[in-house]
Amino acid sequence: MSIATIVSGVAQGVLWAILTVGVYLSFRVLDVADLTVEGTFPLGAAVSVVLINKGMNPLLAVLIAVLVGMLAGVVTGTLITVFKIPPILSGILTMIALYSVNIRIMSDKATVSVAGSSIKDLIASLIKKDLFSGDLTKYYPYVLSITTGFICCALIVAVLYLFFGTELGSAVRATGSNPVMARAMGIQTNLMIILGLAISNGLIALSGSLIAQFDYGSALVNMGQGTIVIGLASVIIGEVLFIHKEHSFAYKCGAVVAGAVIYRTIIACALTIPGLKATDLKLITAIIVAVALALPVFKTRAADVKKRRTNLGEAQGC
Amino acid sequence: MLTVTNLNKTFNAGTVNEKHVIKDLSLTVNDGDFITIIGSNGAGKSTLLNLISGNVPVDSGRINLGGTDITYQSDVKRAKRIGRVFQDPMMGTSPDMWIEENLALAYRRTGRHTLRWGIKPQERETYRAALAQLNLGLEDRLQSKVGLLSGGQRQAVTLLMATLQKPELLLLDEHTAALDPKTAATVLTLSDQIIKEHNLTALMVTHNMQNAIDYGNRLIMMHDGRIIFDIAGEEKKKLTVEALLQKFEEISGSEFANDRALLS
Ligand SMILES: Nc1ncnc2c1ncn2[C@@H]1O[C@H](COP(=O)(O)OP(=O)(O)OP(=O)(O)O)[C@@H](O)[C@H]1O
Ligand SMILES: [Mg+2]
Repeated sequence: MSIATIVSGVAQGVLWAILTVGVYLSFRVLDVADLTVEGTFPLGAAVSVVLINKGMNPLLAVLIAVLVGMLAGVVTGTLITVFKIPPILSGILTMIALYSVNIRIMSDKATVSVAGSSIKDLIASLIKKDLFSGDLTKYYPYVLSITTGFICCALIVAVLYLFFGTELGSAVRATGSNPVMARAMGIQTNLMIILGLAISNGLIALSGSLIAQFDYGSALVNMGQGTIVIGLASVIIGEVLFIHKEHSFAYKCGAVVAGAVIYRTIIACALTIPGLKATDLKLITAIIVAVALALPVFKTRAADVKKRRTNLGEAQGC
Repeated sequence: MLTVTNLNKTFNAGTVNEKHVIKDLSLTVNDGDFITIIGSNGAGKSTLLNLISGNVPVDSGRINLGGTDITYQSDVKRAKRIGRVFQDPMMGTSPDMWIEENLALAYRRTGRHTLRWGIKPQERETYRAALAQLNLGLEDRLQSKVGLLSGGQRQAVTLLMATLQKPELLLLDEHTAALDPKTAATVLTLSDQIIKEHNLTALMVTHNMQNAIDYGNRLIMMHDGRIIFDIAGEEKKKLTVEALLQKFEEISGSEFANDRALLS
């Protein structure tokens, strides 16, 4: 485990953190298990990379990718609310549909490399390579990712914090927390679910777009595989390490961002262990998520055992 | 004024489980009426309230509130004019939001949800004053999550939320049934106090006959999807539980069967 490994983990983490915030919104704030993610992530990548390669301004290309991602969220949200299809199935339907859509966007190719001027080039023109010399040059790409990811995450958390403090944002939160009450309070819960999923999927498309540009250097048809579990793993790590019930929304968002960074760093370090391959990543992720989800059970078991011990101990003492 | 005309509701129509639950029911509720509703299990009391609030669609008949026909209005639209408190204390509040955030939602029940702040600083005074009336010490806990409150406290907050913006109609469906007797009494007294203070029009389903007699200005007895007894004013005040039970048996030809009424 070297500094370079950790830095590379952080560099990936800040970009994946955007996806994590999206997953946090759907799974935790809206309480909808949205699997659209795995289609929206490559969708964001495909749309932006194709547009960039056509010579479009990269900022505009990313903006369009986000909007298209939001549209995917609207589709899933409509399936759930208007057509009453169970959320998990709705997400799977959109995800499957997006697979075909993504291949069309990518003109029947499984991979489209970034060939135009991307956000990465834009940032690189601001942070010049000659600032780094000798040994430090290897950190240059990471610095670009970290700067971009950090700015994006900070902006997103700030905007979401403001949004969820508004009447509309409160209505979305109320819908996720108790839909019966929300309706009794005159809140159009269906619209709120659609809106929440649109925001969530917009963020996920943004994450996919940036990861394609900074990390992979291309959009890949299959890059969405397993993203839902990666997002969940990051959310859970953030929650387990930092979140208690009483915390504010902005704090929780910050915590899941940190969760994503930690998760990516753990993975980056784990992959340097001799004998582990990059393809083992999903196995490791699944184990992390399973363990984290099982944690409460372990905790209560441990507490029970402790109680039983003290109880028995006291009985013997008498 | 609420007028319900020839209302009908059948569940599972056309199946072996078909059940005609509300039968050609008509009812006029005058402004300021506080009506208590009693009846045996399955009489259709909850269904009647759900039809009025729009949570269950009607088969036939009309519902008119304050001169507008609301028969086919969505529940969300009706919620802007009708306040509700559910039997389950968990139903009426958001556990993950602060007390003041819950109240702020209630404060905006009648309006649209815009990008203005969800709660303005000066509203806190209103909320504090309203909470102080409950006498539960909640006025100092504006920023506590509602999930941390007891069932009775949550039900009191729900009551406040349903009435913070004066509703044209307040629907209470056994809203104290899930509480312990002492808390139930507190919440019931509070309901009565709030209804009187704001001169609200209210329908309250209860399984407690004594409460049904003691509270409100009018009492309705339901049986098998129909209103079989409707009494108001002085006559109602003179009622006793025995007289009510006798009346029930007389009219319905069966024994009053409500498991919760027998227990209390
Ligand atoms: N959604 C539904 N689907 C099918 N049947 C229903 C539904 N809601 C209520 N019923 C049936 O309608 C009848 C009346 O129910 P309702 O809940 O209105 O009775 P109630 O008077 O409130 O009784 P209780 O005192 O038990 O609360 C019952 O037989 C019930 O099983
Ligand atoms: Mg009932």
